[in-house]
Amino acid sequence: MSTNGKPKFAMYWAASCGGCEIAVLNIHEKILDVDANFEVVFWPVAMDAKYKDVEAMEDGSILLTLFNGGIRNDENEEIAHLLRRKSKILVAFGSCANEGCIPGLANFSRPSDIFDAAYASITTDNPEGIRPQPSYAVPEGEIHIPKFYPVLRTLDQVVPVDYYMPGCPPESHQIAAVIDLVVQVLQGKATLPPPGSTIGAGGSTVCDDCPRTRNVKTIKKFVRIQDIVVDPNLCLLEQGVPCNGIATRSGCNALCPKAGAQCIGCYGPAEGVLDYGARLITAFGSVIDSKDPEEIERILDGIPDPAGQFYRFNLAASLLRAGKASWESN
Amino acid sequence: MTDNFEPIIIGFTCNWCSYRAADLAGTARVKYPPNIRLIRLMCSGRLDPTFVLKAFAGGADGVLITGCHPGECHYLEQNYKAMRRFYLLRRTLAQMGIEPGRVKLVWASAAEGVRLAEEIKKFVEEIKALGPLNWPKWQAGNGHFPLEKEQPAEMEVES
Repeated sequence: MSTNGKPKFAMYWAASCGGCEIAVLNIHEKILDVDANFEVVFWPVAMDAKYKDVEAMEDGSILLTLFNGGIRNDENEEIAHLLRRKSKILVAFGSCANEGCIPGLANFSRPSDIFDAAYASITTDNPEGIRPQPSYAVPEGEIHIPKFYPVLRTLDQVVPVDYYMPGCPPESHQIAAVIDLVVQVLQGKATLPPPGSTIGAGGSTVCDDCPRTRNVKTIKKFVRIQDIVVDPNLCLLEQGVPCNGIATRSGCNALCPKAGAQCIGCYGPAEGVLDYGARLITAFGSVIDSKDPEEIERILDGIPDPAGQFYRFNLAASLLRAGKASWESN
Repeated sequence: MTDNFEPIIIGFTCNWCSYRAADLAGTARVKYPPNIRLIRLMCSGRLDPTFVLKAFAGGADGVLITGCHPGECHYLEQNYKAMRRFYLLRRTLAQMGIEPGRVKLVWASAAEGVRLAEEIKKFVEEIKALGPLNWPKWQAGNGHFPLEKEQPAEMEVES
């Protein structure tokens, strides 16, 4: 492998959608700074490199690795360990690596149900009922595909992580700021934040960035956003829209509430929150204006899928980590 | 094993009513099962649902939340907040596969020592009927699979 003396950069995707990679490319000409200051040694989406090339590198020889995606199968796990060994700075990049994100919602389901959904649902054309086999004998020998784990994990549940960069995906201006910082560190003009910090995000909540007016928040009814005409200036939660901004880390400049949509929580829990869903239960419980058990239950019917509402991005990093169905069958 | 199953139950009490009810039960030597571990909060409104989730994740089989009767909260209305959070939490737990019966809300005034002891007895029986929850202990490095299910420590059973 050629080397030009520049510090090495890697980016990897595990169980993710690829949106994080697009967000990186969305920093536009700032990507030239990446190229000017780093040698990109491993980035499966953008360039051809083999795992064995990474294995051949010296331990700790990659300066910066952005790792996106959750740990879904044994390939993801192996590469997480490999990149941990080879990297000086390993960043959990994006919601999947931080907290499981949408792939982590599979932690509500039995593994067999996940495969049924993919290989035997009504929308699947699979007349022979083919299912993936972890190993398969062909004339040339036995071939393997990665083994599927019953529960998806976040990156730091598998290997130690130096920095956390939340967001689904991280906002491009935040990525650009982090790259600026790293470049300045390389030039000796800045120092890195303490290990374990969250970078490229704020320390407060989305509400702090939200320009909507907040009064006294009590409501008689939860509504779905498509069923009302949203007042452009009033807090969404006060209008009965279940908005997660109240427990969600700032960093996106309240993009969704500004556009008239509720925050769904993609930047993950605010600083110091142990369980994101529990914080939302606390907040939503507080805004309901009723003391009558029956009426409260009626109001709560307005949130048809509470676990999905509260753990859309955070299930794999929550205190319970996974629904009983996912681990019980093992 | 289920026959000898002694559930671990975490009980959250409020400083002004239910903790005093438990205290009264003790002073009056009213017996209730030792399965419950009481934790005193200043108010049921202090009960962050995080506590309940942590209890289940840490091995509890049931969680009892207690507070002042509606209208009698030392802090005016915080027990109503506790009630609303409890309903919402119960719905969420159901989706996680935790039976709604594993978490219960009971009101008890400072004078209701006997009643609280009865409620605790009843709840312990209900949890015994549900059986152990055995939420897995996730461990770094091998967290895809729950660890071997821990057997509760054998309790001395006098026959």
